[in-house]
Amino acid sequence: MADGAAPVLDVRGLKTVFHTRSGEVHAVNSVSFLLRPGELLGVVGESGSGKSVTMMSLIGLLPSPPADVRAGEVLLGGRDLLKIAPRDLQSVRGAKVGFVFQDPMTSLNPVFNVGNQIMEPLLKHKGMTKAQARDRAVELLELVGIPDAAKRLKSYPHQFSGGMRQRVMIAIALACDPDVLIADEPTTALDVTIQAQILELVKELRAKLGMAIIWITHDLGVIAAIADRVMVMYGGQVVEHAPVKELFANPSHPYTRALLKTIPSIAGEREARLQVIEGQPPILTGEPVSCPFRARCSHAMEVCGRENPLRRALDGRPVGEGHDVACHWSSPEVAHA
Amino acid sequence: MLTYTLRRLMTAIPTLLLISLVIFLLVDLAPGSPLSEVPLTVPPEVRRKMLEAMGADQPVMVRYVLWLKQFFWIEPLYGIDGLLGTDFAGGAQRIISWQSKVPVFQIIGERLPQTLTVVGTAYFIGVLIALPIGIYSAYRQYSWFDQAGTFFAMAGFSVPTFFTGNVLILVFAVKLGWFPTIYDTNLKVTDWDSFYRLVMQMALPVTVLALFNAAEISRYTRSSVLENLGQDYVRTARAKGMGERVVLLKHVLRNSLIPVVTVIALGLPTVFGGAIVTEQIFKINGIGAALIGAINVSDLPTVQTITFIFAVLIVLFNLIADILYGILDPRIRYD
Repeated sequence: MADGAAPVLDVRGLKTVFHTRSGEVHAVNSVSFLLRPGELLGVVGESGSGKSVTMMSLIGLLPSPPADVRAGEVLLGGRDLLKIAPRDLQSVRGAKVGFVFQDPMTSLNPVFNVGNQIMEPLLKHKGMTKAQARDRAVELLELVGIPDAAKRLKSYPHQFSGGMRQRVMIAIALACDPDVLIADEPTTALDVTIQAQILELVKELRAKLGMAIIWITHDLGVIAAIADRVMVMYGGQVVEHAPVKELFANPSHPYTRALLKTIPSIAGEREARLQVIEGQPPILTGEPVSCPFRARCSHAMEVCGRENPLRRALDGRPVGEGHDVACHWSSPEVAHA
Repeated sequence: MLTYTLRRLMTAIPTLLLISLVIFLLVDLAPGSPLSEVPLTVPPEVRRKMLEAMGADQPVMVRYVLWLKQFFWIEPLYGIDGLLGTDFAGGAQRIISWQSKVPVFQIIGERLPQTLTVVGTAYFIGVLIALPIGIYSAYRQYSWFDQAGTFFAMAGFSVPTFFTGNVLILVFAVKLGWFPTIYDTNLKVTDWDSFYRLVMQMALPVTVLALFNAAEISRYTRSSVLENLGQDYVRTARAKGMGERVVLLKHVLRNSLIPVVTVIALGLPTVFGGAIVTEQIFKINGIGAALIGAINVSDLPTVQTITFIFAVLIVLFNLIADILYGILDPRIRYD
């Protein structure tokens, strides 16, 4: 969280393209961000905004073809993950970077018991013996709050509830003490009370273990509860980035503003209809030459159609560190109310 | 798992009894007389005596109950006697073939090993070829390997064995003379030379059957692996940093094998049926040939017994499939 600390993960100008029959789809377009030790970066955006694809591109989890991570740098501990050999990348996945996925019902292998699945990365990355790995697995299950952990090692995924499975997934992701935990909508598939439990668990683990976390979600409420900084993505690009309080207090991108309006409020406003953002997210075929949001933007100007806005700092700090936005309309030069 | 197995064995008994009754009645309904090969000059009273001696004059239900007793009680006793040298059976009446007047089980004992050698080897080789091809085709979907595999599987599956068998005989046995055309049932393997001759005479029938089986099983394997490769748990395994070999051969394979095992286990009995055709073409004196021969002369006890043994095999392999299913997939362990 310390602003000056060297980042654990530094992503610069990441570009991922999918080759499809209707041409190249630019799913991730020049995404840059950094992550400091112990920090929680929230990534928000609607479905198809490139959140998951960005994170999967980082550690080579996208099937290629059709995916092609075309440009950029992903610096983790001084190494560029996009340039190292596939075998070396394997030793990063699960060891330095843990991944928790959206659907715990299908993310665990149904035919192996959870002990086996937790021990796998320990045996591979940590060179542990089976006995050591088993002890560590028990420890991990206890850490994520699964009672009777030693016995549960022999249980199969179908013998756990959804929330419990997500806890197991977190245990797997944390097995090798990763520097970075990437959580890809880990609570989306769970019901609300379980969501709250998982959120609490992650907060607790973060305080205890101190790893940096990237939390992908489309739930701004979750972001408000746990994130230090927020990155808003739209159309495969980062459209706004700010510390969490600053973002909620002072949203600058029309898309962020619209997103914040879509949160239903409990107090008052009963008369007003729930706000929605009209239109569909764009299909990103071809090189992006204009602002991806312009078709749905109420402030769209002539320049938005011919120039894709770059991220611009709003508070004097460098882009990616403070509050920045990629929008022609909300740039300081444009006068607006 | 054990309780489940025992329960399945128990339910298999009424199933088999019902099957045996249906087989018995159906075979009995078939036209033809056990005396059709006896010359017409034999006087009627002699014919009647012959029928009485065979027990063929008895009502069908009497013959059925007698056959049941012989099949499930007396024949096993003879089996035990043969193994241990005891005398439990005490010379009780066995199931006798109307055609050759020897016990049916003796015929089966002579013929079944021939069939098992060929069919068993063919099936084993077929599975051994099919699994790697299926797995690799799926892993490299739409590669040239996969395209070639698809082509040969389609060809192998759609061309019947009696056709490929004859083509192979024509090319490799008749034209090229590499392999014998006739299967020598009396060949005993005593040294390398006789083993070589056994391999040579088995080569063509085993190839025909193995290719046919491999075509089917590799297709099932491919589609099953493909389906599993797209699953979320595969992504999880990769995210854990597992190598492609572990991802494919541990995580994906175990899941993919569940439907494939069913196909393999249930396919084995039907191979006996298919082998009947292959045995005719390659002139293997196996169980299929014995069955065809018995049908031709209305040798009802032989037909009923062999058909019933096929039924037992099907029920048995069903059971084996279910047990393997439970072993592979913890979600369907029934305890």
